Amino acid sequence: MGARFERQRHLLDFAVASLARRPAKNLGLTLVYALVVFLLGSVMLFGSAIRREAGVMLADAPEIVAQSMVMGRHDLATGADLEALKGLRGIRRVEPRLWGYLWDSAGAANYTVMVPSPSDAAHALASGEAIVGEGVARARKLAVGKPFFLVSPAGKFLRTRIKAILPQASALVSSDLVLVAEADFRSFFAIPADRYTDFAIEVANPREVSTIAEKASVRLPTYRFVTRADMHRTLEALFSWREGLALALLAASLLAFVILAFDKASGLSAEERREIGILKAIGWETSDVIRMKLWEGTAISGTAFLAGLLAAWVHVFFFSAGLFEPVLKGWSTLWPRFPLSPEVDALEIATLALLTVVPYTAAVVVPIWKTAVTDPDAVMR
Amino acid sequence: MIFHPSILALLGSSWLATAVLLASAVFAMRLLASWDRASGSERQIRLERATILVSTAVGLVLALEAASLILFVFNADRMSALFVGAMCAVGTLNASVYGFATLYAKIAVFFASALWLVLDRVDGEGRDFPLIRLKYAALLAVAPIVALEAGLETAYFLDLKADTITSCCGKLFEDGPQSSGAGGELAALEPRPALWLLFGGAAVVVLGGLVAGRSRVFQIAQGVFGGAMFVVGLAAIVSVVSLYVYEQPHHHCPFCLLKREYDHFGFALYLPLFLGAAAALASGMLGVVPRRASLAVAQPAIAARLARLSALGFALFALACLWVIWRSNLLLFG
Amino acid sequence: MIELTEVTKVYGEGRPDRVEAVRGVDLTIADRAVTVLEGPSGSGKTTLLTLIGCLARPTMGRIRLDGEIVSGLPEKFLTEVRRRTFGFVFQKFNLIRGMTALDNVMLPAFPLGVPHARLKAHARELLEHFGVGDRAGLGVENLSGGEAQRVAIARALINDPAVVIADEPTASLDGARVEQFLAMAADLKAQGKTVIITSHDPRITRASVVDARVAMADGRIVEATP
Ligand SMILES: Nc1ncnc2c1ncn2[C@@H]1O[C@H](COP(=O)(O)OP(=O)(O)OP(=O)(O)O)[C@@H](O)[C@H]1O
Ligand SMILES: [Mg+2]
Repeated sequence: MGARFERQRHLLDFAVASLARRPAKNLGLTLVYALVVFLLGSVMLFGSAIRREAGVMLADAPEIVAQSMVMGRHDLATGADLEALKGLRGIRRVEPRLWGYLWDSAGAANYTVMVPSPSDAAHALASGEAIVGEGVARARKLAVGKPFFLVSPAGKFLRTRIKAILPQASALVSSDLVLVAEADFRSFFAIPADRYTDFAIEVANPREVSTIAEKASVRLPTYRFVTRADMHRTLEALFSWREGLALALLAASLLAFVILAFDKASGLSAEERREIGILKAIGWETSDVIRMKLWEGTAISGTAFLAGLLAAWVHVFFFSAGLFEPVLKGWSTLWPRFPLSPEVDALEIATLALLTVVPYTAAVVVPIWKTAVTDPDAVMR
Repeated sequence: MIFHPSILALLGSSWLATAVLLASAVFAMRLLASWDRASGSERQIRLERATILVSTAVGLVLALEAASLILFVFNADRMSALFVGAMCAVGTLNASVYGFATLYAKIAVFFASALWLVLDRVDGEGRDFPLIRLKYAALLAVAPIVALEAGLETAYFLDLKADTITSCCGKLFEDGPQSSGAGGELAALEPRPALWLLFGGAAVVVLGGLVAGRSRVFQIAQGVFGGAMFVVGLAAIVSVVSLYVYEQPHHHCPFCLLKREYDHFGFALYLPLFLGAAAALASGMLGVVPRRASLAVAQPAIAARLARLSALGFALFALACLWVIWRSNLLLFG
Repeated sequence: MIELTEVTKVYGEGRPDRVEAVRGVDLTIADRAVTVLEGPSGSGKTTLLTLIGCLARPTMGRIRLDGEIVSGLPEKFLTEVRRRTFGFVFQKFNLIRGMTALDNVMLPAFPLGVPHARLKAHARELLEHFGVGDRAGLGVENLSGGEAQRVAIARALINDPAVVIADEPTASLDGARVEQFLAMAADLKAQGKTVIITSHDPRITRASVVDARVAMADGRIVEATP
């Protein structure tokens, strides 16, 4: 056991020293390698971060959302339909919701204006009060107790006082949020008394969501019922597809890299060939040379992979994947931009390794073997 | 087909493994036709050198296949969000008829390549390539399994479509009336006999592994019992151990165990179980393989070492089971 | 004792440039003696050395090392026999440039898994013994020819081989160094090692330390004394 370990240590030492003796060649390869890891890693990290954010967002979403449809377009829901839904078996609660978007020219931002749910006591508001998200507060330099004005597209003026500012922890969901009282909302957007944006439905048994959505759509055929799972699947499919497409495009760069690695590994300099010949002649076995060379590959792979992964991580989470903006635009128009929360999981790292380290290893293994079977008597000539 | 980086990576590795194994199989046929131990000719020396490449490549492929087996299950778990009714890997695997077939093929590839590498390792100990023909004939048998696995996996991923309605672990591994198939039968196994089987079997293979150094018969027995213990272990996981992990009397799923919610506890069960089974099978294989003079020392020594390794694997597995039962808040027996 | 029976080595079998470098050689090399192979260029001396030193396998014939047949061993075991039995001093020394003298001396022991500290101490000892202890930390490209040869001999001895093989050891050295080399050969013999040298330098082949002389021509042995 000790001898085996000592031997690997010696082979590793030699491999690292041997890499250091040819800095130019190996540094170049490592940089290209790291670049490939960086490109693939950026796409993957970005894709999965977006997906995770979507998951967080949907976790707070109601199990079923009912939207009134007119001519295939979203319309306001009515109080009568609310009552019709409430009578349905299996539905525990139906909550009418009031929310909408507002372009605020003063803050140069899009807000989500919303009436807090009546069951949400923590955010209950009296007329003239407002709660805003952390992003809104920052953009408009607001503090608790300060006045806050909104102007509707119709030119109507709403004047409120800040009651509270939502904490940053839930930044993604609530950063652009403005909560106002129901009466203020209705008069500001001119919504009649028994009209709502949509209904949020809570069911008694989560396993029956799809059955209930079906039954409800029989009762209210002009409504569209979107379950949380539907939304999740649609988003997931959309992301996966785009991400896969981006990766397929990057496959070309991966192929180029594999060819480069193969070329570097097979095109040994005369000096390197001589070294291997000497090692074989003085008592290194073919498998020792292979192992030493694989250690070299491991050192290169490890360095390049860590460097590329780290760079991709910084790129995606601190620069919002700026380099890919044009390619991935579809994603950024789905939501207002938000900083992604920096998280990486083992599955992603393993996948990235499988997509980069494995092709590299495959490319060098035959050249390594070819080198290692050098005739040990070659150095006598 | 769902474009997903993990799917691309899995398909890529399977086809790479297939390419390596098919190339090796072609070489194997050449070797079997023209191997001449006594010759010092250049052709013979070239053949001998090529065997080093094959060993290295198959070794790397085994590492790749082991990684891809884990990734496959993990990825199935992650993708369950895409399918109606799927809550864990079971739902994803069930979303196509090829799902479970692929999983079984992957497991078969893992064991087959592990056994082949042991054969390779033992052959390398003998001064006259004692097992070379057997080894390369065996490689001809391993290659189709790897190719089959790649084919199944490809069919599986091509067949997968988002929005497929599938049934998840609740359906497959529940001991209620709605359960179906072998999973349901395993789940319906009574906890008490299952525990007896689990710990009784573990005791047998741990002891067997420790004494298998004494004779070939013990090694062969260890192989047989180790293989059986693999099945018993899986059955016990489904029928009782999972209950203790989930602390629910009716949730039997062998895949949810791998989820983060349960601290990836499944790994503590499956890794030692797979290790124990692979080592036991390898030990049994060495018991069966005829003993050549040049391996008179090495072969029994390696077989004994593998048997001890299998004892270690099964012991760790049994300890993990004991630990989770002891720690669990669930009481199945009054 | 090394015994060769009808040993033949063919290069490029089945090709037009086929060469029988060694043909049907029968030879016995005594232990703890200095044996010299001489003969004109191209007569097969180096080839025979590679066969004796287990660097290559004979195409035909048999080689026994202390009674054990080593011809026909798979490469892996041939290497094992080689590193346990033989130490090599090459004509061009073949030290690895960019590494220190000390590291070069340690190289042959790397695959054996000798603990690092012990290996290092042993390598230093050998360098001291051959009078180049103060050059241990120097890159080998900075050594003089004589120093390089002594480092190469130290490297040949690191695994404590029973046989030291030197191919044209003095071809790269000037006159004064030849004496030094002969002194080292005598030293090795005194340590109980078998020494095999090829050379066409009469100062070597006629030296008093030499116990046996084998003359080759055209791949065959033409004369062996005693
Ligand atoms: N690898 C090889 N492939 C083909 N021919 C070879 C090879 N090695 C040696 N030879 C041939 O074998 C013959 C013997 O060569 P060898 O090097 O053994 O002679 P030598 O006696 O050592 O010569 P010198 O005194 O010049 O070193 C030569 O004709 C040489 O060209
Ligand atoms: Mg020569």
